[in-house]
Amino acid sequence: MEKVLLGDNQFFAVSHLSDERSRAQAIRFKDDESIIRVIDQAIELGIMTFMCTTHDRIANICQHIRNNPVKYNGFKIYPCMPYAHKYANAITELGIIGTIKQYVPGNIFSTLTKGGVAFLSKDFIRLMEIFIDSEMKMFKGIDTPVIFIQNVIVDMLLGLKMFDVFKEYDLYIRRKYNAEPGYITMNLPALIDALNSTGIEKPIICSSINRSGFRMSGGKEIYEKYLNEKEFRPIAMQVLAAGALNPGEAIEYLGKFPKIESVLFGASSKSHLKETKELIEHFL
Amino acid sequence: MIKLKGAIIGLGKMGLSHAAIIGAHPDVNLISVCDTSSLVLDAFKKFSAIKTYNSYQKMIDDMTLDFVIVATPTKYHYQMVKYALDRGLHVFCEKPFSLNTSQGKELVDLAANKMLVNQVGFHNHFIGTFRELKRLLDKNVIGEIVHFTGEAYGPVVTKEKVGTWRSKPEEGGGCLYDYASHVINLIQEIIGRPEKICGTLLKKIYSRDVEDGVYSMLKLKSGLTGTLLVNWSDETYRKMATSLTIYGKKGKIICDATEIKIYLKEPFVPEKLDKGWTMKYITDLAIPVNFYLRGEEYSAQLDYFIECIKDKRQVIYNSFEQALYTDLVIEMIVKDAKNY
Repeated sequence: MEKVLLGDNQFFAVSHLSDERSRAQAIRFKDDESIIRVIDQAIELGIMTFMCTTHDRIANICQHIRNNPVKYNGFKIYPCMPYAHKYANAITELGIIGTIKQYVPGNIFSTLTKGGVAFLSKDFIRLMEIFIDSEMKMFKGIDTPVIFIQNVIVDMLLGLKMFDVFKEYDLYIRRKYNAEPGYITMNLPALIDALNSTGIEKPIICSSINRSGFRMSGGKEIYEKYLNEKEFRPIAMQVLAAGALNPGEAIEYLGKFPKIESVLFGASSKSHLKETKELIEHFL
Repeated sequence: MIKLKGAIIGLGKMGLSHAAIIGAHPDVNLISVCDTSSLVLDAFKKFSAIKTYNSYQKMIDDMTLDFVIVATPTKYHYQMVKYALDRGLHVFCEKPFSLNTSQGKELVDLAANKMLVNQVGFHNHFIGTFRELKRLLDKNVIGEIVHFTGEAYGPVVTKEKVGTWRSKPEEGGGCLYDYASHVINLIQEIIGRPEKICGTLLKKIYSRDVEDGVYSMLKLKSGLTGTLLVNWSDETYRKMATSLTIYGKKGKIICDATEIKIYLKEPFVPEKLDKGWTMKYITDLAIPVNFYLRGEEYSAQLDYFIECIKDKRQVIYNSFEQALYTDLVIEMIVKDAKNY
């Protein structure tokens, strides 16, 4: 993995610090071109990996990448699935079965469709695979060497102690996509223990790691202990604690943990991309 | 220490979220869950050691429990909460609490008589910014309050189609019960209890049978007035966004789940607040939790419930009584809307 990964929160009005900033971002990135412009600026600076959710608009970005194979030669995407709000809003409105109906391709009550068979026979692993395939469709033809499950799903399974699902996910991503499975979590120490307990070794885990302990469940100390002692491949996110920290000090803190392989961050301007990238390369 | 034994009734979005949080809680064993969907129950059977039931009565009778979490559609709350309280269980119930305030009152009294811990899931009170807002108002930072606005917007119903129980008014569906209840509850606990409704518009936008927008004027006991502006058909919001704006004679505070913006006409020295704007962020105000799922507040409210059971004390935040008051205000709003 590269040291610097471009994130996508800024494109989809995700700010953990300010609803007002969210709105400003939504206005700024109204058009796909404005997103592509930032991606192109990142590439000019040598940032060749884009880690993004399976938001509907990413499909358009993928199409643009496919249409320009020379320009995007060597460019990689790390998909993170699912785009949780799509499903969360659907569950609120349609219920769980209604949501499955909406998103599983074909008639789920028909044994003539793959989704129908999986649904009627309650083959949960097959259903999971169908969901993964449907989320992955938009990345067809694009290099996706690491595929992540989003924290809402990871942490839900973690709390419910359904660790076998991680194992099945791990197997399927390796088998079908020839990619490394990755996990996003807000509960890093508990997840490492859970994955290790199912035999998953040295997992790629993306989690909040920052000097102020923001979104580091259980506290900074246990995170630091795991970063020093456990075998895994950490990607640090929310390194600026949603913008509350000074970038220099924030990245310097990450430098204390040689295990951290990559830093995920979102930026909207070339100068900000450049500054953060230089800091990461200096301290990591 | 002996772990508490808990169960969840209703495995929709909130029930699953509660199950995961309780499942990860170090002081609790989540021993059973109950739902009517065999698909969801089979997933628990296959992937977890948690016992599954499709009848809540049977589950409560069979299992030795300390508490239950009720996360079913609102119309079932009364029968389920009553059954659990009658059998001596502490109860955490999802919002809104009741559809019928006389039934709600019965549950409030029953829980009080049995001295059982009772809490409702108005999770905003476990967001650090709203806690801070209450603290600042209690210190009289913006002087005498002259008006307030409580707002919530989000993208729940953004096109015309047939939905679930949330589109049925008789089952507790609609923007008033689902979205506005959060704002009413925040207003009543942070600013004061509304006693009179002075004009209401319940607007249908995409839904056929329920309102998608709630616009109402509220009057508190103190005479203070405010506006309630809620719309769950606004897709310019990625997720539900709830905010309170309080206008005082010495300044104004705007508070949402991520930040507090304070404007003061003069400095407020005891709080080290300058003249003009001061911003405070959730990054400094979040309540620390051991397990995070979708927001600190969801874990923090359950941590608090568990803590109260262990310490044998009643909750200060989100009691049945407070939730019942929100239901009473909803009832007043529905009645008032008929005038227009």
